[in-house]
Amino acid sequence: MCTVCGCGTSSLEQKEAQGHEHASTHRHHDHDHFHEHSHDGDKASIIEGATVDFGAGPAGAHVTGLSQERIIRIERDILAKNNDYAARNRARFAQTRIFTLNLVSSPGSGKTSLLVRTIEELRGRFPIRVIEGDQQTANDADRIRRAGAPAVQINTGKGCHLDAHMVGHGLETLKLEEGGLLFIENVGNLVCPAAFDLGEAHKVVVLSVTEGEDKPLKYPQMFAASNLMLLNKADLLPHLDFDVGECVANALRINPDIQTLLVSAKTGEGLTAFYAWLESHAARWARANTPTAVAE
Amino acid sequence: MHEMALMESLVELIEDESRKRGFSRVRVVRLELGALGGVDADAMRFCFDAIVKGALVEGALLDIVVKPGEGWCLDCAEAVVIHERFDACPRCGGNHVQAAAGDELRLKELEVE
Ligand SMILES: Nc1nc2c(ncn2[C@@H]2O[C@H](COP(=O)(O)OP(=O)(O)OP(=O)(O)O)[C@@H](O)[C@H]2O)c(=O)[nH]1
Ligand SMILES: [Mg+2]
Ligand SMILES: [Zn+2]
Ligand SMILES: [Zn+2]
Ligand SMILES: [Zn+2]
Repeated sequence: MCTVCGCGTSSLEQKEAQGHEHASTHRHHDHDHFHEHSHDGDKASIIEGATVDFGAGPAGAHVTGLSQERIIRIERDILAKNNDYAARNRARFAQTRIFTLNLVSSPGSGKTSLLVRTIEELRGRFPIRVIEGDQQTANDADRIRRAGAPAVQINTGKGCHLDAHMVGHGLETLKLEEGGLLFIENVGNLVCPAAFDLGEAHKVVVLSVTEGEDKPLKYPQMFAASNLMLLNKADLLPHLDFDVGECVANALRINPDIQTLLVSAKTGEGLTAFYAWLESHAARWARANTPTAVAE
Repeated sequence: MHEMALMESLVELIEDESRKRGFSRVRVVRLELGALGGVDADAMRFCFDAIVKGALVEGALLDIVVKPGEGWCLDCAEAVVIHERFDACPRCGGNHVQAAAGDELRLKELEVE
């Protein structure tokens, strides 16, 4: 049963199937507290006591028993709940040393194709797991499993992005292996996923060269939130007028720290550089997140 | 729609606060939106009206304060006001401005009874 909400689905049985539909049904549950994500296999309750009451500032007047008008200062991020779940996911990744990337892009830029190729080429070196987010169908998770990595599909229904709560449930059905890689393929959408932290180490934005050089200017939040831009479908460049330099310049205007790699999921061009990026960032992340750093 | 998802989060957050602090009616919801946050205040109002029916915040007034974006010009070595992430520096016209603040999405305060 879902220990997070008690929603009754046997999520562990769904390893090879579609993720349970909690993501689209959880609004029926009354999430009236920061419930523990006591996932199967958790050794320690790494999040116990982590419920921070952001509202309990000095001005957080707590008047009981009086029914009168009053002003209360809240000072909480609108996404505070999501951020709380994200922090739990992040603590879990740190404890089990899972390097996690959140892949974001507009629909069809090639996220799944890139993952399929990456899995085929890297699975001998790292345990790889994938969480697939789409509004409908389990097609992408099926493609990932055929490529040789366990995957869970989360269907968001009407939702246009994954949130950290859904990912927490997705983790329940994936047997994560210590020291492994976890890819989260977000719903194809360059807007909302920028705002919803999932607990990942980095967001990676995938942009295909068929999309136009000004995408970074049109969707600045996404490029500001990402650490790496994969410029995909490089094999098509000879047929297009796409100006790679201009696209990179636009991305740097939004985010001076963003790195760009020109790749093709089809031909494999540039992917060696991506794997090197992955390994170096995973190593750096692991150093910064040794288990003692998240001890209770 | 992005603003709808944010509104749903906001309503959940307010219901959470109401249980913690024991109020049952909300008269005013005061939000702070950073100008660089990519969130449209009018769209937020629209979504608020669409979503409040039957919720604790039904009938409440949504008061949105938009906070200007703040950048740091590397050339001037000074804080400057910007309206978009990629705005040029209003002082020197250069493009080396890093967004420093202005993507807030905060529930500031509630007037309740
Ligand atoms: N020529 C070329 N086509 C590509 C490349 N990468 C992906 N494609 C094609 O682009 C289309 C979309 O690829 P997907 O991998 O499904 O893209 P996605 O980003 O996962 O799509 P969604 O999950 O629907 O958002 C498919 O027809 C792919 O074959 C590439 O490097 N070169
Ligand atoms: Mg896909
Ligand atoms: Zn849940
Ligand atoms: Zn969304
Ligand atoms: Zn300047």
